[in-house]
Amino acid sequence: MSLIAAFFAVIRRDLTLAFRRRAEIANPIFFFILVVTLFPLGVGANPKLLQAIAPGIIWVSALLAVMLSLDSLFRSDFDDGSLEQMLLSSHPLTVLVFAKIIAHWLVTGLPLLIVAPLLAVFLGLPEQALGTLLITLVLATPVLSLIGSIGVSLTIGLRGGGMILSLLVLPLYVPVLIFASNAVEMAGNGLAVDAQINILIAIFFTSVVLAPLPAAAAIKMSVD
Amino acid sequence: MSHSQSFEVKNLSCIRDDRILFEGLNFKISNHQVLLLEGKNGCGKTSLLRIICGFREQDAGEMFWCDTSINESEYYSDMAYVGHLDGVKKELTVLENLKMSLALGQSGNYSIEQALDKVLLAGYDDSLVQSLSAGQKRRLSLARLLITKNSLWVLDEPFTSIDKEGIKLIESLMHEHITDGGMIILTSHHDLVLHEADVQKINLSLCH
Repeated sequence: MSLIAAFFAVIRRDLTLAFRRRAEIANPIFFFILVVTLFPLGVGANPKLLQAIAPGIIWVSALLAVMLSLDSLFRSDFDDGSLEQMLLSSHPLTVLVFAKIIAHWLVTGLPLLIVAPLLAVFLGLPEQALGTLLITLVLATPVLSLIGSIGVSLTIGLRGGGMILSLLVLPLYVPVLIFASNAVEMAGNGLAVDAQINILIAIFFTSVVLAPLPAAAAIKMSVD
Repeated sequence: MSHSQSFEVKNLSCIRDDRILFEGLNFKISNHQVLLLEGKNGCGKTSLLRIICGFREQDAGEMFWCDTSINESEYYSDMAYVGHLDGVKKELTVLENLKMSLALGQSGNYSIEQALDKVLLAGYDDSLVQSLSAGQKRRLSLARLLITKNSLWVLDEPFTSIDKEGIKLIESLMHEHITDGGMIILTSHHDLVLHEADVQKINLSLCH
């Protein structure tokens, strides 16, 4: 079959799998909701304070939620040999890996996108910042999946690679966190956020182009 | 298959943890031939198959498909591998799994229905793979060989967890593939019964 058919077959397969393992997939989004709702209880119901730290809370929780789900990206395929079969396919692995990353974003990033504005209202984020919050999430959650895919594919063959995965991936997540939460904060104060958004767009396109390649190469190394 | 194909390795070596598993290994198989790898546990049979599949880097030597180096040839669209891991997803149905394999390769001699018929899994189309027995899963992963286009089968212990009838079935599938012009490289502890087939044997325990 053609490459495009294979690309969509991988996405469809991963979405079907996600749908059949609902509990596992719901985990990150529950984590996200829980962390955000626990903050007001922890720091006290001071509206001014919550409003000030809302962008940070939402972005840090979103980032950790995505990190929590990263392992599921290739783990089961690695364990049952499906990844070997993808390697043997006559289609380029990079494209298949890219399809898997898109499917991962659809099941982890997209739900965050839907829930985040509600939680932002709950924390008292100013209305004028909601649009910016959505834009940053649209641009930056795919980046989290893309960068994460490199980390997972490098650590997939290791026993207990979870710790190394966080160490590998977190430094690369930091710029995303800084620019995204800063943009939301500035927007809340009614300031222009073009610069931050432009940088996030740049990060997004760079990682779309550059992440699948090393991820595919690392998978080839891990399947040994 | 009209044109002749061949798979050849020259001077292949594999070293694992400073232990030489085999070195200076040479063989060539072409259409209608079977290569059976023998040897005791841990002598490098699976390592050799994984090198042949390209999962592992060989420590020395080269591999050729139709006299061109495998990375520059159509090798990967002409081979199929069934290893220790079944490579099927247990949360998907039999049909969904085979459709995925088909999407990753090119369609072969049999349709999905015909292949399921062949491996005695007809009627299991919509069963989830997790409800199948180990032997049935094995037969499902062998069905993958039938639905995709390939001439070289690389099989690692294809007879594990398969009953006597299943063994006969697989032997007949292999026989058919060979008469059809295919090639097979396999490891097996089971005594292979392939009538009139051209079987080469290599004992890896002796390849130091």
